[in-house]
Amino acid sequence: MVFLIQQTMLYAVPLMIVALAGVCAERSGIINLGLEGIMIFGAFMGVIFIRIMQAAGWTQDKGQQMVIIALLGAGLCGVVFSLLLAFSAINLKADQTIGGTALNMLAPAIVLFFIVLIAHQNSLKINGAAGSWFMITSKNFTGQPGGFESPIMNVFFNNVYLTTYLCVFFFIVVSIFLYKTKIGLRLRSCGENPQAAASLGINVYKMRYLGVMLSGFLAGMGGFQFSLTISNCTSSGQVAGYGFLALAVMIFGNWTPINIAVCSILFGLFKCIAAVYATLDLNGDGVYLLNDLGISPYAYRLMPYVITLIVLAFTSKSSRVPKAEGIPYDKGQR
Amino acid sequence: MAEEYVIEMRHIRKEFPGIVANDDITLQLKKGEIHALLGENGAGKSTLMSVLFGLYQPEAGEIRKDGKVVEINDPNDATALGIGMVHQHFKLVDVFTVLDNIILGAETTGPLGWLKKKESREKVIELSQKYGLNVDVDAKVEDITVGMQQRVEILKMLYRDNEILIFDEPTAVLTPQEIDELMEIMRGFAREGKSILFISHKLNEIMAVSDRVTVLRKGKYIGTVNTKETNKQELSNMMVGRPVQLEITKDEAKPTDVVLEVGGLSVPSKIHKGDAVKDVSFDVRRGEIVCIAGIDGNGQSELIYGITGIRKSSKGIVKVHGEDITKSSVRHKMEVMSHIPEDRHKHGLVLPFSLEENMVLQTYKEERFQNHGFIKFDAVREYAEKLIEEYDVRSGQGAITTSASMSGGNQQKAIIARELDRDKDLIVAVQPTRGLDVGAIEHIHKQLINERDKGKAVLLVSLELDEVLGLSDRILVMYEGEIVGELDPKNTTADELGLYMSGAKRQERRA
Repeated sequence: MVFLIQQTMLYAVPLMIVALAGVCAERSGIINLGLEGIMIFGAFMGVIFIRIMQAAGWTQDKGQQMVIIALLGAGLCGVVFSLLLAFSAINLKADQTIGGTALNMLAPAIVLFFIVLIAHQNSLKINGAAGSWFMITSKNFTGQPGGFESPIMNVFFNNVYLTTYLCVFFFIVVSIFLYKTKIGLRLRSCGENPQAAASLGINVYKMRYLGVMLSGFLAGMGGFQFSLTISNCTSSGQVAGYGFLALAVMIFGNWTPINIAVCSILFGLFKCIAAVYATLDLNGDGVYLLNDLGISPYAYRLMPYVITLIVLAFTSKSSRVPKAEGIPYDKGQR
Repeated sequence: MAEEYVIEMRHIRKEFPGIVANDDITLQLKKGEIHALLGENGAGKSTLMSVLFGLYQPEAGEIRKDGKVVEINDPNDATALGIGMVHQHFKLVDVFTVLDNIILGAETTGPLGWLKKKESREKVIELSQKYGLNVDVDAKVEDITVGMQQRVEILKMLYRDNEILIFDEPTAVLTPQEIDELMEIMRGFAREGKSILFISHKLNEIMAVSDRVTVLRKGKYIGTVNTKETNKQELSNMMVGRPVQLEITKDEAKPTDVVLEVGGLSVPSKIHKGDAVKDVSFDVRRGEIVCIAGIDGNGQSELIYGITGIRKSSKGIVKVHGEDITKSSVRHKMEVMSHIPEDRHKHGLVLPFSLEENMVLQTYKEERFQNHGFIKFDAVREYAEKLIEEYDVRSGQGAITTSASMSGGNQQKAIIARELDRDKDLIVAVQPTRGLDVGAIEHIHKQLINERDKGKAVLLVSLELDEVLGLSDRILVMYEGEIVGELDPKNTTADELGLYMSGAKRQERRA
């Protein structure tokens, strides 16, 4: 059970934060289809940062500092990368769907180019395993390895990554920012009725830049979180469609943070089952129920994507898209 | 004395590519007065107000506030000077609450930009009580009535402590009762010393509420008069530039055989599960104008949808010349009727198309416009130019003008030209004069009467009481999807009509 919860969290958190990245952009009026690309870029840059720090002689006892720096670095690189979308969509008034797609095609190309250049192979790893370098265990707290006595402590503080909590922290901060502050209110108004916002003296261009950059920051961090936890701190020019899954989560979650959090946990659970069904022993009695059912493993792996399709087919009709998203804002138009 | 005026706009000139929207216009607003700005569509009223509100910068002229020259570069500057505006098309965020809409852009915040909604809320409630502007602060804008949305817009100005209030065509979307309320509110503001600029082309309202009137015509300043010393006829002559006939004159109707028969028609609603039109029966004969009257949203639109085929009816029959067309295709329906739709942008024109293309939207299939599936563009051009000439449709580049770039009045004229020229015995016209100016309205009314006298059957839907009473030969009042009364315009009054429209009165109709 502990394992299942932890694994679910591992899969849910990147989805959650990247879906919120989508919300930030779309609430300001820009469709960010480039989440996948930004994640790929963020994942790559995070790994690069870790490698640089390792090359500078930082060792395992500085593991937590390293992931914090890499996470923030990946976020900032995501911001820079997202500026491409912002510039094309806001200043050049280009089609946002095409702009986002361009990011999605550009990111793996750039990343793979540099990976081959640096590593002479198709993926870029760090020295050693991510788990042994960066995972927090009971040893960090009590000095004793092997877990805590309390199962709750085990779930949240044994074999976990600091970045998971940082992502949750940023998720909460940005959600509060969007709904409880002045700038957040103004940003959301630009995604619904930019003409109204402009008539009240709000600079729509600035707000949209802010939305896209926030989006880039969160998606970049989400990318690093993905590479750190799910792919063992390896960057290989892909994030397994997580950016697109996050878009689905965003739509399913109706562009609101709380719904998104719930939806990503649901999706995370299915992703998790798909990944670990063979070794999943829910009540600890040595019976691997899902494995023993004899269903093809492909069925489990398909599940998250099939669920996405079904869920979207049923929910996208009733969902509330920010009204002005995708429409370039032109000052002259009234 | 210069300080007499709170706002003075002197010799304002504003050009757009190819057109001078404002040419040497002077407008002087006294403190505490209601000043009407009158002009037809395209006369430059909205442009002038946009200059005052900082949305446009004038090429020449100056703006003075309390005698001092000021620069207004954007809406923020205008707000800082205490100028607020209720735009013709409300500038509200639909999914936000009323409160959020009011505070947006002028938020009260604590540290880190944290919204202090409680304080704002109290201030809004206090203002709404003080001025009798009843709003539900926690409701979402999309859920409230248009009248309440307007009150939200007014509260937005009050929340910013604006002293100069601009109302851009505020009554266009309101019911008669709401218009009365609005006028009362405006008078209250003026009594308090706030100065009001009231943009309109409706003479009744201007006569009722304003102190002075400035008239613009085709971008030029015509004059400023005291409302007390003028009358509707003089104002409309100033506005249009020629004597205008305000009263509708027509001969007695001579109805003959039945053209349209509607029997027990029900049409489902788009908003709720039930029917928006419930078991409606009536007929329209040659040589008469039958008007469907009622407050907006009582099923008139859906009734027309059912007849014209925009939406499927759930029950009942529609016959034209005895032929049952209830289940016919829209194309076939359009072969027996002309339809001037309610929403000219959605159902009347293909906006990105040129004027000539729009002119043949239904008739392109006819021999004269096509040859084995290829459109004969020169024939289309010739036809379009004929209609433009005949119906006086004005546009920038004639037949090749993009419809979207035309003014509302000329778009409507184009639709009317197309529909009337198809020469069908039944004409269905829904709010044909909505949003148009006096000159255009007069023109359209004459055309409809003309068609009637030629022996056409005209079914008219209108929300304007003057139009209902003046134009129709028979009035059917709709209330909550049913026809609650059939009235003879000669023997009824606006008050009686109002009672039927609000559901206070109804008659049992013969089946």
